[in-house]
Amino acid sequence: MHVLPYLVAAYVFLTGCYGLATSRNLIHAVGCLAVCQSATYVLLLAVGYRDGATAPVFSDIKPGSRPVVDPVVQALTLTDIVVGATVTALLLALVLQIAKRHGTIDPDELRELRG
Amino acid sequence: MHHLIPLLVAVPLLGAALLVATGRHLPRMAAEIVGFAVSGGTAALALVLLLNSAPPMVEWVGGWLPVDGESVGILVLGDGPALGMAALASLLTLAALAYSWRYFDEPPRDRTGSFTALMLVFQGAMCGFAVAGDLFNAFVFFELMSVVAYALTGYRIDEAKAVQGALTFGVVNSLGAYAMLMGIALLYARTGELAMAKIGRGLDAAGQGGPDALVLASFVLVLTGLLVKAAAVPFHFWLPDAHAVAPTPVCMLLSGVMVELGAYGVWRVYGTVFAGPGGIPAADLTRALVTLGALTAATGAVMCWYQRHIKRLLAYSTVAHTGLFLVGLGVLTPEGDDGVALYLLGHAGVKAALFACAGVLLDRFGSVDEHALHGRARQLRATGVMFAVGALGLAGLPPFGTALGKSIAEEAVGGPLTVVFVVASAITAGAVLRVTGRVFLGLGPRPEDAEYETSGSDEEPETSGLLRRVPDTMTIVPAVLLAAAFAVGVVPGFGALVARSVNEAGSGGAHTSVHWTAHGVLLGVASTVLAVALAGLAVTRPRWVAAPDWAAPLRRLQSGHVGDYVAWLLVGATVLGALALPGVLGG
Repeated sequence: MHVLPYLVAAYVFLTGCYGLATSRNLIHAVGCLAVCQSATYVLLLAVGYRDGATAPVFSDIKPGSRPVVDPVVQALTLTDIVVGATVTALLLALVLQIAKRHGTIDPDELRELRG
Repeated sequence: MHHLIPLLVAVPLLGAALLVATGRHLPRMAAEIVGFAVSGGTAALALVLLLNSAPPMVEWVGGWLPVDGESVGILVLGDGPALGMAALASLLTLAALAYSWRYFDEPPRDRTGSFTALMLVFQGAMCGFAVAGDLFNAFVFFELMSVVAYALTGYRIDEAKAVQGALTFGVVNSLGAYAMLMGIALLYARTGELAMAKIGRGLDAAGQGGPDALVLASFVLVLTGLLVKAAAVPFHFWLPDAHAVAPTPVCMLLSGVMVELGAYGVWRVYGTVFAGPGGIPAADLTRALVTLGALTAATGAVMCWYQRHIKRLLAYSTVAHTGLFLVGLGVLTPEGDDGVALYLLGHAGVKAALFACAGVLLDRFGSVDEHALHGRARQLRATGVMFAVGALGLAGLPPFGTALGKSIAEEAVGGPLTVVFVVASAITAGAVLRVTGRVFLGLGPRPEDAEYETSGSDEEPETSGLLRRVPDTMTIVPAVLLAAAFAVGVVPGFGALVARSVNEAGSGGAHTSVHWTAHGVLLGVASTVLAVALAGLAVTRPRWVAAPDWAAPLRRLQSGHVGDYVAWLLVGATVLGALALPGVLGG
């Protein structure tokens, strides 16, 4: 298995972190968090990959007739997507409410809670 | 009996679903009674299971039993520490629900029961995290617990600060959780397993030559997620913001048990996954946890002392105490584990009671600012007494449970780290005593305002308008919690029981005896005396203990900017990797 997908996963994760740390817009920041999460999808799917294998759907292939990729990581990825959708939706709702209450979504102007 | 373990998760989730489905048609009273019944029933179930937890139980959910040692099922684990944490989470949820009886404004007609439903989901998620026997389920429950906690922190969506604190909490904790998931994926890549015990065995089988870069990376990533939850320095920045703005009953749960679940997770994951010869050597874990723990305790204690926002003060005190828990766990001795378990139980009672008392101040005066409240709470005698008693519990005055746990942990860590235990608990308790003296007794001059701080005045009360008199539930609940924290230390045989169930699950069954020692009692009394002296100085001679210049940069780090916190999270992960690196190089 090639090392490239793992490097891509690490790169995507760190890119998301960089975006989060430097973001000037909270919607952008929530997007960056979703980017970090995409890195986990890449990593999980890379872990389960097999050369020359097909999708683990047994409706039209006989079990054992040809290799399939690991279905466990695909299940994990699906669960992860559900979790991520919930988190993103909730955080965006909070950003909406911040925009209403503070009149801004620039994190540089949200510095009330400090010290 | 082991078939009942999944009910710890299922019952609260079903109760929450019921409330969400029917809550809007129910009168408020009925919705809250359903909440009590469900959370109380779960707590009773957790206690019954806990009493039968020896030998540890294992359940394959849905009957997916392993075939020839291979399994695709979901594993839940019912040993002493797991069921103990589940019982603690359930009992605290019950206490928080009792405290919030008639607490918020009359909710809008279509949202009756939504708060109770969220609390039940929170309870179910915490129980699920405690009993999860495989890493991916631990991650899912970790995320469920986090998401509900963000929602509960921002429950009062009309409050500007509440939504801001909830967003910071959400971003930092979710990033930590995704780091943890990447670590889990790496472990799966190496071993092809998700059950913790089998990953541990797989690592040992694959890594006869000791750990390599992949094991180190997965260790750092998984621990980053757990330490964010446990609020270890420098992952802790979200905690004061979230605790300062969350509704009081939620704070009782966040500080009393959720943060501690992070420390529990570190203990569980290290013990079952990384402890073997293919994992991270014990010396490296000790170096990492003791360093971060001592830093956390020191930072938490210093920041706690300089707060005037009472809920933030209590939040930093939680940071300091989790630092002590991490140090106690980090030495990897059976005595350290026993001490931390008892300390954690006592701390949960004391801290939840203190938050409950702070909530009384908020709803009576619309402020949690030590300076603005100076001398105004004289008539709240019962609350004042409980605040002082809670402070003594934090200091570790024998025979509180905190004192028993602290003395055992102190003995286990030994040497100069004993000083960290004594001083950190004394400073946090001294800050709480100082607040008691100023707010409830009106002692000393009114303190001056500093430049860079969150004040805590002009807060919206969580009840409909300011309370004229304090409801009985808001007095009885903290009193019961303090009594429970006291009972942990005095009930004969309780300490031994806790030690036995902790040791049965970890430490290879090595049995230790826990009991009061003259040494421990003296240290407990010493830190109490130190706390009283510090509080006395602060009240009578404020200038002597005012913020020195060297503490100012530490306060400036808490900038309220979510980007800064993310940057610190990355720094923390790097430091963790550097601390664990020598064992990998040596192996």
